[in-house]
Amino acid sequence: MSTRLEGTPAGAAEDPAAPAGGHHRHNRARLVRRERLSRWDLRLSPYLYISPFFILFGLVGLYPLIYTGYLSLYDWDRFYYQRGEFVGLENYRFVLGDPVFIKSLVNTFSIFLMSSVPQVVIAVTVAALLDNRLRGRTFWRMSVLLPFVVAPTAAVLIFGSLFADQYGVVNSALESLGLEPVRWHVDRWWSHLAIAGMVNWRWTGYNALIFLAAMQAVPRDLYESAALDGAGRVRQFFSVTLPMIRPTMIFVIVTSTIGGLQIFTEPRLFDDTPQREGGPDHQYMTSTLYIYVKGIEDQFYGRASAAAWVLFLIIVGIALLNFAITRFLTRRSA
Amino acid sequence: MRITTTGPHRPVVRRGQVVLGAVTALVLGLTACGDDSDPTKSAEQEDLKEGESLTITTFGEFGYDALIEEWNEANPDIQVKQTKVSLWDDWKNELNTLLQANEGLPDVVAIEGDFMPALVAAPDRWVDLSDDEVEGRWLEFKEDAATTPDGALLGYATDAGPEAICYRADLFEKAGLPTDREEVAASMTTWEDYFALGEEFVANSDAAWYDASGSIAQAMLNQVEFPFEQADNSVDVENDELRAVYETVTANTESLSTKAAQWSDDWSAGFQNDGFATVPCPGWMRSNIRDNTGDPAPNGVVWDIADVFPGGGGNWGGSYLAVPKASPHQEAAQEFAAWITAPEQQLEIFQTLGNFPSQVEALEDPELLSTQDEYFNGAPAGEIFSNRAAAITVQPYHGPLYSDILGKFQEAITRVDQGADPEESWQTFVNEVDSLQ
Repeated sequence: MSTRLEGTPAGAAEDPAAPAGGHHRHNRARLVRRERLSRWDLRLSPYLYISPFFILFGLVGLYPLIYTGYLSLYDWDRFYYQRGEFVGLENYRFVLGDPVFIKSLVNTFSIFLMSSVPQVVIAVTVAALLDNRLRGRTFWRMSVLLPFVVAPTAAVLIFGSLFADQYGVVNSALESLGLEPVRWHVDRWWSHLAIAGMVNWRWTGYNALIFLAAMQAVPRDLYESAALDGAGRVRQFFSVTLPMIRPTMIFVIVTSTIGGLQIFTEPRLFDDTPQREGGPDHQYMTSTLYIYVKGIEDQFYGRASAAAWVLFLIIVGIALLNFAITRFLTRRSA
Repeated sequence: MRITTTGPHRPVVRRGQVVLGAVTALVLGLTACGDDSDPTKSAEQEDLKEGESLTITTFGEFGYDALIEEWNEANPDIQVKQTKVSLWDDWKNELNTLLQANEGLPDVVAIEGDFMPALVAAPDRWVDLSDDEVEGRWLEFKEDAATTPDGALLGYATDAGPEAICYRADLFEKAGLPTDREEVAASMTTWEDYFALGEEFVANSDAAWYDASGSIAQAMLNQVEFPFEQADNSVDVENDELRAVYETVTANTESLSTKAAQWSDDWSAGFQNDGFATVPCPGWMRSNIRDNTGDPAPNGVVWDIADVFPGGGGNWGGSYLAVPKASPHQEAAQEFAAWITAPEQQLEIFQTLGNFPSQVEALEDPELLSTQDEYFNGAPAGEIFSNRAAAITVQPYHGPLYSDILGKFQEAITRVDQGADPEESWQTFVNEVDSLQ
């Protein structure tokens, strides 16, 4: 950054070759220096204040991203845990041709749809209910956040005993109702439902609070005029609340898309066979879990890196899609 | 923020260049950092400082708590701190991560016996622990499995896993089977007899015959000379013997197994719910049975040990302690590892926990031979497991990929437990093994 500042006029005044002459000259030099300092302050400080984020992002975001891309072009020495020979796009060929990876992608989208869609719908509903005059408002509002405070690992332990195939609580309940027990860890779609359930349990309340904040920012006089026009509560919700919280809605949808495509802890711990590969038949292996299994368990770091890049590009693609939809929607609402 | 952007000198283009330059420098700098650590280089050795401890990570239950306390009292200069991970597979993954980073490794690492060949395949990441003091301490096959072709000893063996059969005498009685441990032993000397007795049992009981298809598969694998890899370490999973194990196990899944994966929640719950009658039982399995069933045993539950293993002897597991070259306290680590794997200590663990020693001297100890296990109906555990150790005739060959392929094989068995077609599951297994190479 110093290159830029050397070119400024203030820098020219401080030319070291200039003779340090009489008293007022000295004073002027000091003034100039001060002026320069304050200009620096003005120019640089904002960058300094935001720099921690970018430095951290560079360290834990950008660098791993680029290094992963670099590793994805290399073979991996399994026993020395080191980069092997350059293999070009071989790892990408393997990953894209691996039926397990394709299966994991389908699982990822299935779990994502089963979690994000109901999550947003329920969160908006809960927020709308909380936006009423309730006794002990803070209590109700804080309690929807409670699942979010529970560590995902602990949540999975609880859900694990609920959804155990043979001795689980849910299956005992089903059986006592005379229904067939569900094989939660075996049947692909049921396992997705169980995992989506854990994700929803954890995130719905959090999203509900974000919606609630948005709803409270909706000017109350809009509701009054709507009421004067004869709109009922339901009509008010659809015609006033929903359009007004649209930007928040888009924010929540984007963040839950990113989160939903990266689900890892739940399927990893839901599998209680020792290998933990998202079910012995990979019924609920997500793509992030695939990356972990390839990189850490099977010790093919190059393949894992290639899979990570493929997933990254897919998420970027979906983010761009989201962006396009956002633009479309906001333009329409404007 | 706004003040700067409206400032008079706003060198837009240059700013972009500067940012780009900074990012490039950062990335290059970090890439350089990432490459300079040579994992085969020994870490600089230091003395343990005040308040610093020697670290050891174990998995499952090694029975080290009391022994470490004893050591710490006797050695104020070398304080040892233990971290326990509950499952080997979880520790293996963490260990893989630490080895990749070559950072954060404990000074002493517990290694499951099946993973030892992977260490031998990369010997210069580990400290050679061979020492006159420990020469000839272990059973030959245990020591061989940790020795490189150059004669470096990469791990001190802790226990061995000669297998017997643990059984529920109360469930046997209810099903009209003999309960006396000698009679039981006589009735299952071959796998055919064992499965036939199982058919008889399940016909008269609600429980399954054995705890998991995976554990029977593991037991039978331990009697195959070349299960997954040939002597030259080339992978060969489509051999007749492995195929026979797979077919036998999957053919009996429907009638005899709990169909729960070993170590899963349903498997653990099966101990308390009268889920099954027999368990292939290396010495160390006893503490798992005790913990899962509950100690004291619930009313009416009687565990016992039969001095037999179908199809001859078999060894399942038994671990090692290794010292990574990344440890800055290798000498202290070796000293501690040598102490805790000494016959006296292993004997103590056998008495309190049940893990069977792999040390020659401990095996001949009269105290060991006279040990009885009260939890298992007073069975003469010392004598039984010594007999079982003597019955081992085949030492399966474990190549460097053994542990990884075993994981895939267990998954293949679990898939059939869950209702997959055995032939399809086998094909998936073969494909997955292919992609391990």
